Amino acid sequence: MKRHLLSAADLTRADAELVLETAEEMRSLADRPIKKLPALRGRTVVNLFFEDSTRTRISFEAAAKRLSADVINFAAKGSSVSKGESLKDTALTLEAMGADAVIVRHHASGAPHRLAHSGWVRSNVINAGDGTHEHPTQALLDAFTMWRHLAPTNGGSLVGCRVAIVGDVLHSRVARSNALLLHTLGAHVTLVAPPTLLPVGIDTWPVDTSYDLEAVLPKADVVMMLRVQRERMNASFFPTAREYSRRFGLDGRRMAQLQDHTIVMHPGPMVRGMEITADVADSDRSVIVEQVTNGVAVRMAVLYLLLGGNESAGTTTEGALA
Amino acid sequence: MTNYLIHSVRILGGDVSDLVIRDGLITEITAGEEGAGGAPFDTTLEVIDATGLIALPGLVDLHTHLREPGREDAETVESGTQAAALGGFTAVHAMANTDPVADTAGVVEQVWRLGREAGYCDVFPVGAVTVGLAGERLAELGAMADSQARVRVFSDDGKCVSDPLLMRRALEYVKAFDGVIAQHAQDPRLTENAQMNEGALSGRLGLAGWPAVAEEAIIARDCLLAAHVGSRLHVCHVSTAGSVEIVRQAKASGWDVTAEVCPHHLLLTDDLAATYDPIYKVNPPLRSAADVEALRAGLADGTIDIVATDHAPHPHEDKDCEWAAAAFGMLGLETALSIVHETMVNSGLLDWAGVAERMSLAPARIGRLDSHGHGVVVGAPANLVLYDPAVRRTIVASELASLSRNTPYAGMELPGRVVATFLRGDATVLKGVLA
Repeated sequence: MKRHLLSAADLTRADAELVLETAEEMRSLADRPIKKLPALRGRTVVNLFFEDSTRTRISFEAAAKRLSADVINFAAKGSSVSKGESLKDTALTLEAMGADAVIVRHHASGAPHRLAHSGWVRSNVINAGDGTHEHPTQALLDAFTMWRHLAPTNGGSLVGCRVAIVGDVLHSRVARSNALLLHTLGAHVTLVAPPTLLPVGIDTWPVDTSYDLEAVLPKADVVMMLRVQRERMNASFFPTAREYSRRFGLDGRRMAQLQDHTIVMHPGPMVRGMEITADVADSDRSVIVEQVTNGVAVRMAVLYLLLGGNESAGTTTEGALA
Repeated sequence: MTNYLIHSVRILGGDVSDLVIRDGLITEITAGEEGAGGAPFDTTLEVIDATGLIALPGLVDLHTHLREPGREDAETVESGTQAAALGGFTAVHAMANTDPVADTAGVVEQVWRLGREAGYCDVFPVGAVTVGLAGERLAELGAMADSQARVRVFSDDGKCVSDPLLMRRALEYVKAFDGVIAQHAQDPRLTENAQMNEGALSGRLGLAGWPAVAEEAIIARDCLLAAHVGSRLHVCHVSTAGSVEIVRQAKASGWDVTAEVCPHHLLLTDDLAATYDPIYKVNPPLRSAADVEALRAGLADGTIDIVATDHAPHPHEDKDCEWAAAAFGMLGLETALSIVHETMVNSGLLDWAGVAERMSLAPARIGRLDSHGHGVVVGAPANLVLYDPAVRRTIVASELASLSRNTPYAGMELPGRVVATFLRGDATVLKGVLA
């Protein structure tokens, strides 16, 4: 694997499958009385969050702590006021404190890329969501969730699985990372959205697109609903929240069209009543809560694989999973 | 004042000649003989051996940001004109988006005076079209035209005069003093928060797209307005194939429309944004390879009249950050001629006479300058560049005269080098360094 995880495109199929397999082992830890591994003892992991995201931050924090790393949470809010300087200065500060890995969430697309390639820090950089660009660990946990549900009856992989990703693709870093990663894993992705919420040039992505949710649902093995902000209607992406829900929301009636094995996913936070109704979110098909559990396992796997093989900690991590 | 004999120079890359500069004028041009050397026939002349060099008329930039007053940390009139002289320029037009904005006779006269004091290059201030560049009401265009700075070019550059009625009035009003409105064509609504050329790459990088139509729609509208009121329109930094086509049609219709292209849009493409390094962030954005081809073709066939640098210095911290937080713009004065050499001459699209037309004669005409853009002819003011087309140089940001370092060409090898620049017979650059 590469030193940094900035984009789902950084992962080869072998890399991605290694993460999934490692995550499966990490997940089994949850059933043990002691849920902690010594793998990253003495290593320092920094959660550098320029944007509020409690769920992603605590997921990374739990993952790092279960691997015995020291965790520093750095909430650099108000960075937009001091503009970009704070990214560099904060990075230099963290470097001086001896961070081994920096997990960065930033409102600007490409900020983790800058952090990794500007020479400001030597640590491994993990993108925890940058602007409207990517969120690769979310894609990994989504793939892990699909893999657990679908792979056992699909020859042990996601090859040929049909995944519908529905909603605000234009502004979604989750959709970008998922499209790339699922393609790498051999799944077939269809992005479903009104034309206003699909990026220009989507025809160059390794996906299909559709404006018709009902036509896509019966064939899908996975339906992933994306959050849609009501405020988007103010910028004329769609006329009203009601019209959006009628055309692109997943409700009980539409859920009835799904195949028996099809699962419903959502990266959260949900806007209940907008893109997904409560009865769907709380139904047996919904694996939304499981995604959260899997998030910790996948992030443990990523931290372990990026940091574990390095330097001093290497010897102690070798047998850690045995 | 020193008088010069420029020995064995190829004027516009043509036959070898000897050229005499006396009292600020080109007084003699005689057929020479390469390497013939020998004693000057007039011992009062200082001889410059220009063997292997070509002579071009002093370059005229219609689009320069000198940042003074207000952002002297990025550039001053002095440092900017030094950069200009080193780039072969003898005249630059200083854009109005300073702080305070150059929207009064007082500010344009200040900039004009600073240029005179620096002495490296003539500075012709551009006046703002609207007060404070706010796009709401006309600045006192007449007062700026009548001032010592004799403003003829008006622009809200950095911002678009997007209100169609205001644009119409501006075009009409400047007819009284033969002015021109230089439009920064960018529909503000279509480019809210825009970061880079809109295309497949912007979608993939998650950077808000800057569609070509946001530029082209304004250019089309302004061409129609200029035709309707019978005034002069100049289109700043044309960056798309569609814009070239619109200007081509406007010219074919006989409308008084001129256009410029920036060196960086002739060379660089939008795929550089994939580095997320804001050294490549510029307004208008770098476009596709197809756009670059269309711009070169448009410059070659005269659809695009001139090359203008859009030299835009920014302090280091405004580029040493994430893309969205960074400032738009790149340096241009010291590399413009080399880039035109590389993209237009080495590609066979233009000869040196064509370069002289597009970087000196035509911009001087658009700016209505009477002391520049006369070419290399007897009787003309001795505004002159001696250029070595044979050498190649690697651009080093810290070696540039500009106070800022935001060149996208650092580390790049470019052809040619300015050896000497003369402003009205005075050397501002000799042997490649400031005289």
